[in-house]
Amino acid sequence: MHAPDGFLNAGTAVATGAISAGTVGLALRQAHRELRDKQIPLAGIAAAFVFAAQMFNFPVAAGTTGHLLGGALAAILLGPHMGALVVAIVVVVQAIVFADGGITALGYNLLNMAVIPTYGGYALFSWFRRILPASSGGVVAATGLAAWVSVMLSAMAFSIEWLFGATAPVSFTEVFTAMTAVHLLIGIGEGLISATTVGAVLASRPDLVFGARDLDRARLADRTPARSRVFVIAGLVTALFVAGIVSQFAVDAPDGLQRFAEETGFASSEEQDLSRDRSIFADYATVGIENEVVSLAIAGVAGTLIVAAVGSGLFLAVRPPRRDDDAVAA
Amino acid sequence: MGAGHAHALYVHEHSIVHRLPAEVKLAAVFVFVVSVAITPREAIWAFAVYGAILLVALMTARLHLGFVAARLIAILPFVAFALLIPFIASGETTDLLGIRVSVDGLWASWNILAKATLGASASILLTATTEVPDILEGMAALRVPMVLTSIAGFMIRYLEIIVEELGRMRMAMTARGYRPRWLWQLRPIATAAGAAFVRSYERGERTHGAMLARGYTGVMPRVAPRRAPTWVWLVAGLVLLPVVAVAVAALVAT
Repeated sequence: MHAPDGFLNAGTAVATGAISAGTVGLALRQAHRELRDKQIPLAGIAAAFVFAAQMFNFPVAAGTTGHLLGGALAAILLGPHMGALVVAIVVVVQAIVFADGGITALGYNLLNMAVIPTYGGYALFSWFRRILPASSGGVVAATGLAAWVSVMLSAMAFSIEWLFGATAPVSFTEVFTAMTAVHLLIGIGEGLISATTVGAVLASRPDLVFGARDLDRARLADRTPARSRVFVIAGLVTALFVAGIVSQFAVDAPDGLQRFAEETGFASSEEQDLSRDRSIFADYATVGIENEVVSLAIAGVAGTLIVAAVGSGLFLAVRPPRRDDDAVAA
Repeated sequence: MGAGHAHALYVHEHSIVHRLPAEVKLAAVFVFVVSVAITPREAIWAFAVYGAILLVALMTARLHLGFVAARLIAILPFVAFALLIPFIASGETTDLLGIRVSVDGLWASWNILAKATLGASASILLTATTEVPDILEGMAALRVPMVLTSIAGFMIRYLEIIVEELGRMRMAMTARGYRPRWLWQLRPIATAAGAAFVRSYERGERTHGAMLARGYTGVMPRVAPRRAPTWVWLVAGLVLLPVVAVAVAALVAT
């Protein structure tokens, strides 16, 4: 997902750059508050770990390999602020020193790789933790699911940026469908390797897993329940849920929205209005779609999901830590 | 480590580009890349001028074009996407070698290819002629917060160690007959990644302890920064003037 220079238009690059710079600034301030003078060496070496982990290939099928993106993993191991800061530094160094990703593309590359998977992934992790047992196994399962969905969030975010800044006549719906479908599969590898990595860290140094700080020793030792069955069930439910949302909008929405438009009488004005006033959307991204309302609705729903996830991630991260009483007692 | 101060991306040479202060080079790359990015794709002549200027800079730095081409591999996935666009794009079509392709798609493909190649080559030129500590020092001179450049410095310093550690783990697994082909065989790799994280974190804690023992106060001590003299900035500005002029002309013309 390291997009090169000129992949999206200048306006999108500047807008995403402003959002990313603001968020990384916040992450920097918060990481400093949490770590004080430990910040520089720890963040530096953690960034080296994330960088190295991205170079470490894992098998996918028949000998082909994929590699980790690591946003959600970094947020769960190090905490969302530190995770976002670390991945942001990795992405910037990759662009400037390794020519991997364009320098003018840093705005959207940072947003997609350093901001959304970390804060969004951390929010997802917290939500999955709530429905899974409060045990080591629950943390591992929640990590896997959060890492998987976080990759899809990034893919959706990229499609929405395409809607605003497309540079090629490929419609938003095509990009959205292709990106989400591909990352639905890529995300499985991301989820499995993130979960197993967190499991391995929990086994040796559970105190280093930020996302498991609320667990006491007895619960950390409880590694069984959520291992396989709960993970598979929760994974299936998530897959069905995501597939359900996407297909609803891809298949049903035209009729539903069309009917709504006819009933409320905005059908007649919709075409002119959208074609005249859509200046903030790139012409390309909406080209070749009969009903622009549909693609805007998909973008709207996906955008709301991303903003909700990242927003709650930021909220969860900024809120002072809440600890269980028994954790203190143990 | 043990390889001294050089890193794999740096090409040891003695040229005027190598000697240029890092902050000037960073600013120049930034101006160049932004000019390229805002140039309308129809202005083919503008991209030719950018390419020529970049070529002169690469020659002045005595870099082999083969080296630059090899390093450009990083942008391959997006090149593949760019080459696909004319076939999946909509709109008016034309015949290209007997295949129907979208005209607009061809333009889009050209746009991404040209800008990605120029942008990546510019940063390859930067890292091939500037050592990483100098790049970081240059960023600090350009007012990038010190905390960020210090963290990045630590990252780059320890990257090689951690990559080698992962490589040794992998070698140990291979020596014991681990040869994964399928996704469900990744458990040992992920366990190794977990172990590598714990080792990295503990290394970070040890390093912090060692730094405290040497009087670390939370801020990296600043070696007297070597600032680029004004005349160097002026000369760099003169060299970059045609680039900016071309970008402005292309914007006005289209």
